[in-house]
Amino acid sequence: MSKRFHVATRKGLFTVERGASAWSIAATSFLGDNCTLAMEDPRTGDVFATLNHGHFGVKMHRSQDSGASWQEIGAPKYPEKPADYVPKVPTEGRPVEWSLKLIWALEPGGPDQAGVIWCGTLPGGLFRSEDNGDSWELNRPLWDDPRREEWMGGGADQPGIHSICVDPRDSKHVKVGVSCGGVWTTKDNGCSWELTATGMRAEFMPPERQFEPNVQDPHLVVACRAKPDVLWVQHHNGIFRSGDGAASWQEIENVKPSAFGFAVAVHPHDADTAWFVPSIKDEKRYPNDGAVVVNRTRDGGRTFETLRHGLPQQHAYDLVYRHALDIDETGETLAFGSTTGSLWITENGGDSWQELSAHLPPIHAVRFAKTLG
Amino acid sequence: MPTVRFTQNIQRHLSCPPLEAQGTTTREVLENYFSTNPQARSYVLDDQGHLRKHMAIFIDGRQIADRDRLTDPVTAESILDVVQSLSGGSE
Repeated sequence: MSKRFHVATRKGLFTVERGASAWSIAATSFLGDNCTLAMEDPRTGDVFATLNHGHFGVKMHRSQDSGASWQEIGAPKYPEKPADYVPKVPTEGRPVEWSLKLIWALEPGGPDQAGVIWCGTLPGGLFRSEDNGDSWELNRPLWDDPRREEWMGGGADQPGIHSICVDPRDSKHVKVGVSCGGVWTTKDNGCSWELTATGMRAEFMPPERQFEPNVQDPHLVVACRAKPDVLWVQHHNGIFRSGDGAASWQEIENVKPSAFGFAVAVHPHDADTAWFVPSIKDEKRYPNDGAVVVNRTRDGGRTFETLRHGLPQQHAYDLVYRHALDIDETGETLAFGSTTGSLWITENGGDSWQELSAHLPPIHAVRFAKTLG
Repeated sequence: MPTVRFTQNIQRHLSCPPLEAQGTTTREVLENYFSTNPQARSYVLDDQGHLRKHMAIFIDGRQIADRDRLTDPVTAESILDVVQSLSGGSE
């Protein structure tokens, strides 16, 4: 079982550890700064934290002593935009700026790819480091694909890559999720990409365009570690599942209290078991009836249990962002945090939850320290 | 030689002491400053070398007009103040 997880918040990074009998906040870093994401690399133990300073831009820091000290490393940098560059299809009528707005995904490469880290960003660039984050290179095949210029903003003014799934069977096989631009797959380490969002439905588009793969808004894409061809997506207008490695997607309908949400976690060993944190779609975005619940399916989405034990059931208006739910490598321990600074954990797959805090800053992301196993 | 001064707010992220730096335009002066303090560059300029959206530069008390190419002229006696815009503050 994981003994530690990181909580990236609007006012710093919190490291939560399990002691002999309980979980508690063991360390804080970057207090006061907007920490948007954290990742502990299971291959090295290095911890990465991304900051968005607003005035001073997006920065990345790395700790090689479990957070005791941090070193600023290079953040991804977009290449110089050619002077004669004219967007082929301006995004929503406005060209995308070639400038880093947000680091929205950070994933280690495979165990056989020492030093490789993938990084998804706004406004839509996928970056890769081969030196443990010291330097980054924009993935040009995806960036230069003319369909990339059709991507739209979803949850932000500009499009972004928020999900990166490295296939544990083959590290060259990577899937990324884009809001809004569907799901893209490479099987050759990023040299070529295929748009793999067939079957997704975008209710927010005009009827004749609702099934176009490149307009889809998957809020988060996750793959089962033991069965990576099974993927789950919490999409802007529902829940989708793929059983064939993203070649096709099926919508899971009639989910109560709501199929809307941002976060999803899949059991690392049981591809049919997944968790979601529903809320009212989609302009309101707070828990149905003011009650925080977690939805769990154990049969591939045919049925859902709505889990409430230990979660606030009255006048709770917590929204859970896409990266703010995570699961450890056992599949039994999950943690999630909310926009109102509440943080919960379960050690029995969600049957009961424990509140670790109700007073943290708004939570962007929760991330377990996992092992390679 | 022009002098570059930085907002106090940046100092908790990295040291940016006031320094003299040669140049006759805003960009020349800044690039010469960054040659002695490379890390400061990304705090002031974005990926395309434009002044960050929520940063401001004053030359002798006058805010620069060209935020992208940074062509505003600088004299040998000028003082460049690199400051935060209040527009970037939130929450």
